[in-house]
Amino acid sequence: MNETVTRQRGSFWRWAVQTARLCCGVPDYDVYVRHLREHHPERPVPTYSEFFRERQIARYKGTGGRCC
Amino acid sequence: MQTAIPKPSPAGKILWAAIAIVGAWCLGVVALRRGEPINAIWVVTASVAVFLIGYRFYSRFINTHVLKMDPSRATPAVLRNDGLDYVPTDKWVVFGHHFAAIAGAGPLVGPVLAAQMGYLPGTLWILIGVVFAGAVQDFMILGLSLRRDGRSLGNMLREELGEVPGVIAMVGVLVLMMIVLAVLALVVVKALTHSPWGTFTVACTIPIAVLMGVYLRYIRPGRILEVSIIGLVLLLGSIWYGATVSTSPTMAPLFDFGPKALAWLLIGYGFFASVLPVWLLLAPRDYLSTFLKIGTIALLALAIFLAAPTLQMPAVTKFIDGSGPVFSGNLFPFLFITIACGAVSGWHSIIASGTTPKLLASEGEARMVGYGGMLMEAFVAIMALIAAASLHPGVYFAMNSPGALIGTTVEHAAATISQWGFLVTPAELSDTARNIGEGTILSRAGGAPTLAVGMAQLLHGVLPGEGMMAFWYHYAILFEALFILTTVDAGTRVGRFMIQEIAGLIHAPLKQTDSWASNVIATVICVGLWGYFLYQGAVDPLGGINTLWPLFGIANQMLAAIALMLATVVTVKLKRERYVLVPAVPALWLVACTLTAGWQKLFDDRISFTAAAQKYADAIAANTLLAPAKSVPEMQQIVTNNRVDMALTGIFMLLVLTMVFFGLRAIVQAWRANHPTAHEEPYVALSSVTP
Repeated sequence: MNETVTRQRGSFWRWAVQTARLCCGVPDYDVYVRHLREHHPERPVPTYSEFFRERQIARYKGTGGRCC
Repeated sequence: MQTAIPKPSPAGKILWAAIAIVGAWCLGVVALRRGEPINAIWVVTASVAVFLIGYRFYSRFINTHVLKMDPSRATPAVLRNDGLDYVPTDKWVVFGHHFAAIAGAGPLVGPVLAAQMGYLPGTLWILIGVVFAGAVQDFMILGLSLRRDGRSLGNMLREELGEVPGVIAMVGVLVLMMIVLAVLALVVVKALTHSPWGTFTVACTIPIAVLMGVYLRYIRPGRILEVSIIGLVLLLGSIWYGATVSTSPTMAPLFDFGPKALAWLLIGYGFFASVLPVWLLLAPRDYLSTFLKIGTIALLALAIFLAAPTLQMPAVTKFIDGSGPVFSGNLFPFLFITIACGAVSGWHSIIASGTTPKLLASEGEARMVGYGGMLMEAFVAIMALIAAASLHPGVYFAMNSPGALIGTTVEHAAATISQWGFLVTPAELSDTARNIGEGTILSRAGGAPTLAVGMAQLLHGVLPGEGMMAFWYHYAILFEALFILTTVDAGTRVGRFMIQEIAGLIHAPLKQTDSWASNVIATVICVGLWGYFLYQGAVDPLGGINTLWPLFGIANQMLAAIALMLATVVTVKLKRERYVLVPAVPALWLVACTLTAGWQKLFDDRISFTAAAQKYADAIAANTLLAPAKSVPEMQQIVTNNRVDMALTGIFMLLVLTMVFFGLRAIVQAWRANHPTAHEEPYVALSSVTP
């Protein structure tokens, strides 16, 4: 019982963090790393800060963005 | 590949019948009770029932019959998964992201302005508009983009309607964006004029954002949550300290500006914020405003539920005849132009064909994100309307009417507004100003200050305390200014890229986005374009919002009409002609609204730009001064501004008509063809891609 509650809380927190990061244009880092390992094992895996910086620049590159 | 719809259970039928009855009852109370004020909870309950029924029945109908969304089909996120832009993501995460991207200042400002006609017209338009137009647009554009590799609105228009209409629509988007930036910046100018407290707190956001930027880049890279909490604490501190600033004889004058000076400051800010490296100012302020936006919307909802205010504004006021002080023009078409975001907003079609389609893991989730996300925004609009309608109507009109109509003293304003039939005393107006810690509340049009007073009163009702009302007022002003300024700097940057792309067609080197010279040139052009309209608003005889908001509404609804036309064309191209009315009816309605509004803004002798220009031109010819202009060159400027607005209105109308022509042409061609002609990507089974 307690364990499920903790797990649910954990998953809500993960959801909140993931959503908040995505709202700032930063997708899930773990998913990206897994993707790189699986599909492009030859490429270097960036650290979270490198990943964050790249995404931060990419967000403001062109079209899209937000509403009025 | 169609999944069968499960037959509803008896319990389900009873539940939906109950929701329908409760909704109809509440709507009946909202619409029919006259003479005595009603409680906001009726409006909230009626809206929730309408949203639930619209979502359960109409969006499912669109999902299965019009778009034929197919959960077995692989989405762009699955097919092109790169872990960065295309990532299959949990649907609730996509929903949160989508909502944060579509909700902005728009749904908060439009309904407040529309409250001058009473709460009923605005409420009905938001409810009907969102179910049959706004959410349909968002959902259908998202669905179309999902079937086209997540392509943008412009690309889809080019593919489905042709090269020329695609380019025309993109120019339309650029012009729309300039008007959006100008009118939103004007809302900030209106809120901060001669308000040292407000100006101080908004000015503080700049050093706070820079601090956050440095922290995120060098001290603790990528720790967004941490730095946002630090930023929030500093912001609240600046609101608290603002009270001291506003009463200090030495500091207050430093933050006390008139509208012209504020306009120049914002223009300068927009320029620097968009040429500086994004990590320094633009990005951190974006994070802060995103979180604050969601938090404040939740706070507003909580306040409305706890305070359960009574709506003091009548259901319908006499201003439906077009003589209103906040914006002029009849209920049709101007109500439908004034409330854009919240009922239907063309801008959403850009977001629904931007990041969101690249994140959805299944086509089956598009309905919740596209249609459901827009219903959420409509709920925000309803809450803004409630906040405005729960104010004393006399206070509402004092805040939103231009000085040219109500004068500049509380005595004169109270007398004029009482004559309109909304009894108010000078003391009530000056008390409200004192309670919120401002010198005056007169003529603070633009929605933000009104909403802030409404929110402050609601929150003060829930959490009373000495001087707290002023704190809440400045909190609300700060949060609106914060995310408007974020739109301004990010929008300037996006506009700069668009200008560089267009300029690149003429002179190739201008396209290089890494060249300093071409960056600066394009930014200056971009800032100059919206800055012109902002400055025009700041010196406008009717206070600016009255003039610029209709232009913004026309442009935004024009884009929505274009998006819905695309949806109509594709529906026919897919040979689903029997469902063509789903996107075609709202498209035609918006075409009718934008063209009628445009026509009246050009040719009506009461409300048109033409009449305003003529009035000042006549005064120049007769050598008389017409307030608020203080000299002949200023009058000349007003004439020019109105002529520019005339030209712009004409361009918008021409744009709508051209797109109608191209849309009809595509529809006729597709109707004649005996096979589907839409440019969908081929079907790939989800099961063949995922293990």
